[in-house]
Amino acid sequence: MAKNDLIGGSIWEEYSNKVAELMNNPKHRGRFTQEEADSKGFKLIVADFGAESCGDAVRLYWLVNPNGDIIENAKYESFGCGTAIASSDMMVELCIGKSVDEAVKITNLDVEMALRDSPDIPAVPPQKMHCSVMAYDVIKKAASLYKGVDMASFEQEIIVCECARVSLSTIKEVIRLNDLKTVEDITNYTKAGAFCKSCIKPGGHEDREYYLVDILRETREEMEKDKLLQNANTVFGGGTVAFNDMTIVQKIKAIESIIDENIRPMLVMDGGNIEILDVKDSGSHTDVYIRYLGACSGCASSSTGTLFAIENVLKAKLDNALRVFPV
Amino acid sequence: MTRVYLDNNATTIVDPKVYDVMSPFFCQMYGNPNSLHSFGSETHPALRTAMNQLYKGLNASDDDDIIVTSCATESNNWVLKAVYFDKILNGDKNHIIISEVEHPAIYSTCKWLETLGVKVTYLPVNHDGIVEAHTVKDFITDKTALVSIMWANNETGAIFPIKEIAQICKEKNVLFHTDGVQAVGKIKVDVQDVEVDFLSFSAHKFHGPKGVGGLYIKNSQELSALLHGGEHMGGRRSGTLNVAGIVGMGLAMELANDAIEYENKEVRRLRDKLEDALLQIPKTFVVTSRDKRTPNTMLISIKGVEGEAMLWDLNKAGIAASTGSACASEDLEANPVLMAVGADKELAHTAIRLSLSRFTTEDEIDYTIDVFKKAVIRLREISGSYAE
Repeated sequence: MAKNDLIGGSIWEEYSNKVAELMNNPKHRGRFTQEEADSKGFKLIVADFGAESCGDAVRLYWLVNPNGDIIENAKYESFGCGTAIASSDMMVELCIGKSVDEAVKITNLDVEMALRDSPDIPAVPPQKMHCSVMAYDVIKKAASLYKGVDMASFEQEIIVCECARVSLSTIKEVIRLNDLKTVEDITNYTKAGAFCKSCIKPGGHEDREYYLVDILRETREEMEKDKLLQNANTVFGGGTVAFNDMTIVQKIKAIESIIDENIRPMLVMDGGNIEILDVKDSGSHTDVYIRYLGACSGCASSSTGTLFAIENVLKAKLDNALRVFPV
Repeated sequence: MTRVYLDNNATTIVDPKVYDVMSPFFCQMYGNPNSLHSFGSETHPALRTAMNQLYKGLNASDDDDIIVTSCATESNNWVLKAVYFDKILNGDKNHIIISEVEHPAIYSTCKWLETLGVKVTYLPVNHDGIVEAHTVKDFITDKTALVSIMWANNETGAIFPIKEIAQICKEKNVLFHTDGVQAVGKIKVDVQDVEVDFLSFSAHKFHGPKGVGGLYIKNSQELSALLHGGEHMGGRRSGTLNVAGIVGMGLAMELANDAIEYENKEVRRLRDKLEDALLQIPKTFVVTSRDKRTPNTMLISIKGVEGEAMLWDLNKAGIAASTGSACASEDLEANPVLMAVGADKELAHTAIRLSLSRFTTEDEIDYTIDVFKKAVIRLREISGSYAE
């Protein structure tokens, strides 16, 4: 939100001339009949995508020459707004003359690019990008009907943002690599969610299988777990993690292990022992509360020499800001 | 190029007489009415006239307040937020009742109040697009602080049984507010007859200027201020008086009331003529029966024609209309009114609102009928869905 967003209602002004022209005078609107296809020896493909109840529905007609799988001619019918009609028209234009395999490679981004008046200026405003997505989906549907395969087989990846064609793996990767914390960050890095905004969270323009808010939360949770595991591996696998960066449980375990290795054996030789009662973060210090057991309890040195020895070992091995308090 | 304005529920042309009465208050009598000197005091006669026009227009008593605000959105926000403050945060209530077809100024504000812990009931409309009074009765509890139901709906023009609802609220001792934006100037609005506690209105919906509206407050009753500051409007709404706006709104109210009969005869005749002609197109229907609508409004659904595409074609021919289901909105819910009246799901995005005014002419209606029919034929050819 900023200056350019403060006055609404400018959507139509942002259409390219090509979009307006195709809305006013669509070139490929219409249908083919089975008779027309048969008379030319072509295969008629009729593919539907979308629904009027959702505000957008398109039906694509292909006449495919079985000899080379060439789309010899194509038409469409479209229920939708101006950009939906213009996108459908352009999509059909891009299909004509291509083989079915080539046509499947046409994306909504190609359709939008072809609708631009100049290469640098988008043909439609962001909230209208999704209109071209349907034009793309219906091609896949037509191709799947022609080849008798499932539509999903044309999609190599899971696409989260259809408008900008950003995949699930890409989004997870940028979150991890750049330590992204907000959906706005994701949009800034990938353009996912910048257009119709449906993929940001449930309740938007259309229902999606994946939402950026969920992907962000889950990826952050995974990152957190990975970090914990990594820390744990370093702490208990001989690596180095600064004592201050440890969680409280890790700190307790680290202190325990130093006491086990360096302190307890000496005390046990004298018939004594200690146990850790508590470990607390007190701002700049980490305070360790201990209780003497056996011969140690009541020993004169337990509040002087022995205590200093314990504290010094912990300080030397772990962190200089450690303090030890006998209880 | 011919231009026809049929979006009068969005805003209206300022009546030239209103414009004339406003113009001296920009470069000549530009004083602040609160100033003691003559620049201030010379604005007072016109302001008094305007306030009289507003009180007379709504038939308010001198013991009531009509507070001028910046718009009906402010008036609506004021009532909801002040009731929240006075009766819920600092009282023992926790509940507000509105309808599911309220304007966003009410609806979104209530959604926000929900985040603060307020319980909100959204009353449904019946098959005719109307909130039935008994539903209000069914949902009022002893925790209900406020009922807010619009007088007339912006999309369909449906007139709600405000007098009955006000009576129910009075019996149950619950405050009643009505958003009267689409009623004032179109049908008779008499606050003594209907006994509302609060009523919002906006000048630009009845041929006054934008940026000025009002809130009627019965018996000058308690309602914490939304805008604190100086002692303007008796301390109830601070901010230097919008002198030109108030003067314009006063005259606009008077002119609108004078034209109520014309509105209900002539504007209604033109609306009905348009409606009859458009309903000859197969697979169309209009929401809410005619006798239950404001005389200027129709919401028509055209099978196989997407609303925004229809607006495009009308606009190309210079005709301004509106759709409740613009496909660019980020929240693409089906038109709630169409769904509420039980229309097929396929029709959710086919609604076009045409709203006339006393400035609409017969020629404009004839032209619109012609253009509209051609646009439907063209767009149905593209969509193909009607032909099946």
